Amino acid sequence: MRETRREFLAAAAGAALVLAGCGGSSRSDGAQVTLDFWNGFTGGDGPQMLALVQAVEKEHPEIRVRMVTARWEDFYTKLPAAVASGEGPDVALMHVDQIPTNAAHRTIMPLDDLVRDLDLQEDDFAAPVWRAGAVDGRRYGVPLDMHPIGLYANQQVLSEAGLDPESLPTTRDEYESALEELKGKGVQGHWVTPFFFTGGHQFMSLLWQFGGDLTDPEATRATWNSDAGVEALEWMRSLIAKGYSPRNVGQDADSIAFKNGQNAFIWNGAWAIGDYGSTEGLEWTLAPLPKIGSVAAAWSNSHNFTVMRQPTPDPQRLEAVKVLIDGVTRSPAWAEAGQIPARRSARESEAFRKLEAQSALARQVPDLRFAAAAPGLSDVRESTLDIAVAQAINGSRPVREALDDSARRANELLALNREKYGT
Amino acid sequence: MKRATPWLFLAPYLLLFSAFVAAPVLYGLWMSLHNWDQFLPEKPFIGLENYANLFTPGSAKAGPFWDAMLATGIFTLFSVPLLVVLPLGVALLLNRRFKGRAVFRAIYFAPYVLGVVVVSMVFRFVLDPNIGALNHLLGTTTPWTTALPWAWVSLIGMTVWWTLGFNAVIYLAGLQDIDRSLYDAAAVDGAGRWQQFWNVTLPSLRPVTVFVVTVTILASANLFGQSYLMTQGAPEERTRSAIMFIAEEGFQDFNLGSAAAMSYVLAMFLMALSAGVFFFFRKRGAA
Repeated sequence: MRETRREFLAAAAGAALVLAGCGGSSRSDGAQVTLDFWNGFTGGDGPQMLALVQAVEKEHPEIRVRMVTARWEDFYTKLPAAVASGEGPDVALMHVDQIPTNAAHRTIMPLDDLVRDLDLQEDDFAAPVWRAGAVDGRRYGVPLDMHPIGLYANQQVLSEAGLDPESLPTTRDEYESALEELKGKGVQGHWVTPFFFTGGHQFMSLLWQFGGDLTDPEATRATWNSDAGVEALEWMRSLIAKGYSPRNVGQDADSIAFKNGQNAFIWNGAWAIGDYGSTEGLEWTLAPLPKIGSVAAAWSNSHNFTVMRQPTPDPQRLEAVKVLIDGVTRSPAWAEAGQIPARRSARESEAFRKLEAQSALARQVPDLRFAAAAPGLSDVRESTLDIAVAQAINGSRPVREALDDSARRANELLALNREKYGT
Repeated sequence: MKRATPWLFLAPYLLLFSAFVAAPVLYGLWMSLHNWDQFLPEKPFIGLENYANLFTPGSAKAGPFWDAMLATGIFTLFSVPLLVVLPLGVALLLNRRFKGRAVFRAIYFAPYVLGVVVVSMVFRFVLDPNIGALNHLLGTTTPWTTALPWAWVSLIGMTVWWTLGFNAVIYLAGLQDIDRSLYDAAAVDGAGRWQQFWNVTLPSLRPVTVFVVTVTILASANLFGQSYLMTQGAPEERTRSAIMFIAEEGFQDFNLGSAAAMSYVLAMFLMALSAGVFFFFRKRGAA
């Protein structure tokens, strides 16, 4: 099985060389390839992705792409089912933390040969995001972007409170004194939510900042109940205790309050750039997260190109997939959708530097953290850690007890997953 | 030929029943005996382990499952009585003759035509603790969707508002079906309004009530959309219903075997509950 795949990929690589020699514009056989390309960009980012795809089509008239979008929640149940029944797309974008599960399900195939043909290396990207796309030493994803969380600030609220809206706090002391200042002016500056958006992202960033980690490197054991985890959650709770945040904040309420000028700061993901940018009358700015713990760190996720397994692999289609992946990841235009391009050349381009908010976020690229790669890990986190964070923020359970209990249950689920996936 | 006739009459339904009810039920039972990930080639047989996990206190599966069962139980316990009694009151009022009766009938039924998504999203923002309209109007900071018991008050209140009209229409049809001569006879015997209600209306409505109670219990036990959309299971998954948890286990975590076992446990509870309802009403009927 493995041997035949290698042979076929070798043949594909040979075809690539021939193609390169043709210069791409006119091909002797003139055969058209229509690729199916799936992703979850159902919002304003959908048309932007389509424009990138069309740019590739324009440059390579022999390639046609049918782009299909589904909400991410549905996408991750539909994709493996479609591939298993032989109806899957050729290529798809998925979040890097979903790659291990899809690799274990044999929904996606290793791309070691593909990246070798395209001569893509860690140095062409950013190290953390490049490493996140490999499972057990084999590459499954080619990163398109990074979407970390960052510090958004409502400039009007800051000015009204007598704070400088141009220089945002970068340290724990600065951040806390800004919140104290705001409190004095009757503004609860930073709303802490018990939900994954945004409370969960904040907790993970703080966990890393205090020197902790979610799991051991092999993802066999949860380690978020370390002292670092306790410190991180205690700090989040202290924001409520000191009156910098209301209690019982609902999902998305922190973000809506930010747009309404009811709070000053929100630690939100890159995806909010588009939303805040299109909010009438909102003056905001974006900066890396303040360093609350001992090291700079921020949670991030990434969209990765993945290639689906096919009942009968077609070298010609695989060749077209390669062209599509290379073309789209090269383009800095994707950054306009509120993303940081993963590819260094795109990130260092003039076009990207002009995007202020995205460039500000990109300053924390070296400090970005991604979860370890293990099948089912994100689901385990969701059913254990996310609940513990909510319990602690709501004050219904002491921090350490909530973290310990969730880690114990996570270890049990991780063991079941290892048994199931045979890893 | 004669022997075949009943089967021929049964055939159309029997075919659909076998294909879409009986076969999936048996297939589910088979799945529940395996470590069944629909996208892995190996689906090892593990006997009753999926069930045993659910009945092992403190295990990673049992805890959240019974929490979710409890959430569904709480919702059912409080929503069913309200959804059985209130619509009856509404139906009695709407059955009287007064000006604009048709308008009121339409108003009470109107919320039911809305989808669960519309209703839940509207309530989520009306009830939001910090930015919602209700707290703003009342000048309070009640955590309607983010703390207990308020999240239950909101979920049950919303569901009653949303589905009350449906049960009311069923009762109304039942009321209109009651023979007028029974009331006349009762009046001749000197029965007052209250006695008429107690001795004519309620007994006549028994079959309708059995239907309403059973359907409402099953609908409440299938709680999914409201808590999925309005509270997202919050606070801390404590309003995460059994169906929500089973869907996560099966389709998000890809543990269909374990999810099937959970479904069977839930189904057993519902069957016992439905049997109890029938038994309760039959006994009263015989007395």
